[in-house]
Amino acid sequence: MSASAKAGQEAGQEAAALVRLTDVSKFYGNIRALEGVSLEVHAGEITCVLGDNGAGKSTLIKIIAGLHQHDAGTFEIEGEETKLASPREALDRGIATVYQDLAVVPLMPVWRNFFLGSEPTKGAGPFKRLDVERMRETTRSELLRMGIDLRDVDQPIGTLSGGERQCVAIARAVHFGAKVLVLDEPTAALGVKQSGVVLKYVAAARDAGLGVVLITHNPHHAYLVGDRFVLLKRGAMAGSHAKSEIALDELTRQMAGGSELDQLSHELERAPVPDVIGGKHVGSGGE
Amino acid sequence: MSAPATAPVQDAPDERLVHRSYLRRLLGRPELGAVVGAAAVFVFFSFVADSFLQASSLSTVLYASSTIGIMAVPVALLMIGGEFDLSAGVMVTTSALVSSMFSYQMTANVWVGVGVSLLATLAVGFFNGFVFTRTKLPSFIITLATFLMLTGLNLGFTKLISGTVSTKTIGDMEGFESARAVFASHFTIGGVDVQVTILWWLGLVALATWVLLRTRVGNWIFAVGGGADAARAVGVPVRRTKIGLYMAVAFCAWISGQHLLMSYDVVQSGEGVGNELLYIIAAVIGGCLMTGGYGSAIGSAVGAFIFGMASKGIVYAQWNPDWFKFFLGAMLLLATLLNAWVRKRAEASK
Repeated sequence: MSASAKAGQEAGQEAAALVRLTDVSKFYGNIRALEGVSLEVHAGEITCVLGDNGAGKSTLIKIIAGLHQHDAGTFEIEGEETKLASPREALDRGIATVYQDLAVVPLMPVWRNFFLGSEPTKGAGPFKRLDVERMRETTRSELLRMGIDLRDVDQPIGTLSGGERQCVAIARAVHFGAKVLVLDEPTAALGVKQSGVVLKYVAAARDAGLGVVLITHNPHHAYLVGDRFVLLKRGAMAGSHAKSEIALDELTRQMAGGSELDQLSHELERAPVPDVIGGKHVGSGGE
Repeated sequence: MSAPATAPVQDAPDERLVHRSYLRRLLGRPELGAVVGAAAVFVFFSFVADSFLQASSLSTVLYASSTIGIMAVPVALLMIGGEFDLSAGVMVTTSALVSSMFSYQMTANVWVGVGVSLLATLAVGFFNGFVFTRTKLPSFIITLATFLMLTGLNLGFTKLISGTVSTKTIGDMEGFESARAVFASHFTIGGVDVQVTILWWLGLVALATWVLLRTRVGNWIFAVGGGADAARAVGVPVRRTKIGLYMAVAFCAWISGQHLLMSYDVVQSGEGVGNELLYIIAAVIGGCLMTGGYGSAIGSAVGAFIFGMASKGIVYAQWNPDWFKFFLGAMLLLATLLNAWVRKRAEASK
């Protein structure tokens, strides 16, 4: 971690957390999607939310992003209790969310995507128009500042790789002054190298002083960059740790279900391997 | 704020940035397929129809193009925004009927009817957009319903009020001459007869192109068609944009409707059915993607021009006009295939 991030961390802990959730619950009818979840996000820190499918990660992200409102508990932004009515309000309060699949509009050029929803204009009245030169220039320089070296800002963003698209969305959030960046499974669909690239930009955003919420089901990725880890399981908290308190092995074990994992490995060791898997002889003669 | 160590700010040009030739850039334009098609159709009729190249023929072709083109512009915008409007054809007739009947029944100045018609037509457009954004049903179904309802209302009300299927003439009423001058006049430039609708058409194409490429709203139109959820997540007013697009269709239906009324002074209540498909065809030939998020207003104009050339060219070639529909279908298929091919080439060879 760089010196600036440490400074940010210390300053962040003295001030109120950027976002603090305390015992937050959410119900869809009689289904408990989330219950009693607490989480803190500080400036210059990355809070990782880990959980398996159906653990309530996306419900949590939707509450922070303003798509849903929580039913119980408190949601504070910079010490002020709040309920967000819309994604627009979340954006105005400095919370930018980057979704895995809907981060960008694929057919639009990179520079149009970069400024989508917050386009700068020049001129007045009927001649009010997009400041196209500035948009192109800013896109190029902002991406470069984040370390994204783009060939051509005019190409449709759909022609970029998944990792690059995530990076553009992150750079966009940083440029528009987000204080909190919420990332929904940014590395889920990516290969090893691409994931590394994205994590590098996540770290860059942290170093720029943002508080980051990283949602993931990959403890290895989380442990690389995270400062705090919140584990979710079936809609409830399964643990909350600072990085200094927990090692990767333990995090992986808890994430995968702790004792359940032991049980599983035990079963796998003992279980007789089927003779035929998918029409081919596998396993029986292998070892 | 410290700059991340990973930012190699470089002044040297990027070695991966291969210079894209102007031809390549041209290939990336949505309207290219339509322009190639238009050139082919033009050359074709120049050979098979002797009178096709005369100035008077050109003005006839342009007039036919403009009547479709005026509506193809907003229909193209709507399609870029990801939606359809099947009620666009009969909405033109509705607009003309409201204008005509209001003026006649109230014995008001024709301009009063024109104004009332504008409000009524915009209300229909708002209805389409509002119901669509509230119910989240496919726009195909909602505007199909509007199409049927308007068709029924057009016939029903006209028979109820005037006793026949057409309206009473408003040709002798106050304000008719000036309204005709605005919506249905024609003038001569260099020996060529020019219909005023051509000016409306070109004006609308220019305005729509400006809005699409150089304003925030244009950015939003591309975004709501290409990825509504992504657009909503970054704060684009998706609902308002779509309702606005439906009202743009209504506005242009009003212009077309007034032209329809002023060029004859009576309106047949059954007109307009089937035209909505012509508008969509012009937009698609012009490079609009059926799935939204891609297309251009200029393309729709070229599409409308192809329509005009084909419909009149067949007459000049002295063929049976029955062949026109076949020709139109073949054009649609070819243009769409060409568009898909060009787009693939342009993207692959980047």
